[in-house]
Amino acid sequence: MTVAPSKLPVSAEHRGDAFDVDLIRQDFPALNQTVHGYPLAYLDNAASAQRPAAVIDAISHYYSQDHANVHRGVHTLSQRATDAYEAARQKVQQYINAASTCEIVFTSGTTDSINLLAYALGAGIKAGDEIVLSRMEHHSNIVPWQLLCERTGAVLKVVPITERGELEFDTYLSLLGPRTRLVTLAHVSNALGTVNPVADIITAAHEHNVPVLLDGAQAVPHASVDMQELDCDYYSFSGHKMFGPTGIGIFYGKEKLLEKLPPFKGGGEMILAVSFEKTTYNELPYKFEAGTPNIAGAIGLGVAIDYLQDIGMDRIAAYEANLLDYATRAIADVPGVRLIGTAAHKASVISFTVDGIHPHDLGTVLDHQGVAIRTGHHCAMPVMEFFGVPGTARASMAFYNNAADIDQLIEGLRVAIKMFN
Amino acid sequence: MSDKKKLQEMYRRTVLEHSRHPRNFRRLDAPDRTAEGFNPLCGDKITVYLDLGPESIQTIAFEGTGCAISLASASMMMEAIEGRPLSEAGEIVQRAQAMFRSDAKSPAQSDIEGLQALGGVRAYPSRIKCATLPWKTLQAALNGTTGAGRISTE
Ligand SMILES: Cc1ncc(COP(=O)(O)O)c(C=O)c1O
Repeated sequence: MTVAPSKLPVSAEHRGDAFDVDLIRQDFPALNQTVHGYPLAYLDNAASAQRPAAVIDAISHYYSQDHANVHRGVHTLSQRATDAYEAARQKVQQYINAASTCEIVFTSGTTDSINLLAYALGAGIKAGDEIVLSRMEHHSNIVPWQLLCERTGAVLKVVPITERGELEFDTYLSLLGPRTRLVTLAHVSNALGTVNPVADIITAAHEHNVPVLLDGAQAVPHASVDMQELDCDYYSFSGHKMFGPTGIGIFYGKEKLLEKLPPFKGGGEMILAVSFEKTTYNELPYKFEAGTPNIAGAIGLGVAIDYLQDIGMDRIAAYEANLLDYATRAIADVPGVRLIGTAAHKASVISFTVDGIHPHDLGTVLDHQGVAIRTGHHCAMPVMEFFGVPGTARASMAFYNNAADIDQLIEGLRVAIKMFN
Repeated sequence: MSDKKKLQEMYRRTVLEHSRHPRNFRRLDAPDRTAEGFNPLCGDKITVYLDLGPESIQTIAFEGTGCAISLASASMMMEAIEGRPLSEAGEIVQRAQAMFRSDAKSPAQSDIEGLQALGGVRAYPSRIKCATLPWKTLQAALNGTTGAGRISTE
């Protein structure tokens, strides 16, 4: 069988103690280019990361050799596609240490995963029930719940944040009560970089028998997560932010919870038997995977996970912590800079504003120096409102970024400041 | 045109000057017409206020937050519109928008005083909306017979 290649071009070199960022950069073809005459400094990883060649090759290999529909054919290609697709599910299960592969549902991304839960929970939600979320959520972890509230009469309870961009934990505790049906929180904030104390959040919720959904979109690219250790009820993330393809994501749920949830979408694949009198749903996780899935996306995500594990999430986290430290000091040193989000525990995301320069203008000027950052509200308008800014500039780093990328950003900031002031 | 030149074209001195000191940047207390414009992509917000005379736009003012391009564009709009006959205002708005949509390779042409200076934005498709937001908002204010209109670039 020729499933997606598990060989990684430079795996041997990655092992061992030294974290060789130059070598790692060679694995990412997109990094090796110039933009407006400067080497690309790609610092927009929180929006979407780049892929290693291993992922790109695996997708190409899949389409050129193994493609057929999954779970449907007796022929060889269908079997290969099914094996590769299911192997990817297993990699995800291991990556997040879920208890079983039946807890891993392929979706199109974090947004899709959150909508799945918001829809599936709907039948059990009554007027006056409460959903707890925070002020720092991405819009995709706000709007599906607002829609649920509109359908059911449930209400949102919003955990406030502090000036540093941390959750007001005591207020969180006070919001948990007999009407709370779900806590849904970002594991890591995309706008602020804050890493939330998810273990404590989950423990507190469980004391009230309330399940917790974590939006892990910004967590899984930076550190290992462990569903069983966290005792997490539901988790969601996107492939494209963790060096895999777009259009693929994960919805994780504990088996006993998923069993009770009704399906989200109806169609082929999610059923065992259909008649006009009665349809029997398929077993987990297929009950939640209606229609032909994103097979290549799943396979690519599996290879991205192989790649990350080959380097080692602990080494990635350690390297990024150093880089974050370096970048935070360098940016804070630039005159007129205000850091937005200064939590004690942060992922490698730096949001900031520069006096007298609108983030949008900054983004354009930096682009002209080859520096890619995101500017705007980062789909987190309540956060922007809290800090009293229309938007921020955000430099978000991955393990393939280096000090040179940061230096190029700083130089770009100085050029922009000269231009506008 | 070189990249650097393109950037300088967009952020010309007059554009930066307008963005630092936007004309008529204030609120009108009981405006005859008003409209809010919003760019969800970047969070830019603008409110345009109009006080009308019998036949003309007596006073125009605006408030909001935005990048240099949207502020400069709004500021230039103040100069282009204030005192104009109502019957002409809609047409001026159309001509301004046509300039922003025109081919970036040809020199910007506009009979609206000073507006050519913003022609450099045409080379940046993601920024054209910044320049057109104030004009679209003014259009909404002109269209609304009473009360507040609301527009969005998306
Ligand atoms: C914290 C967070 N949640 C959710 C999302 C939505 O992810 P996607 O657009 O991949 O569905 C993002 C991505 O922007 C995010 O950063």
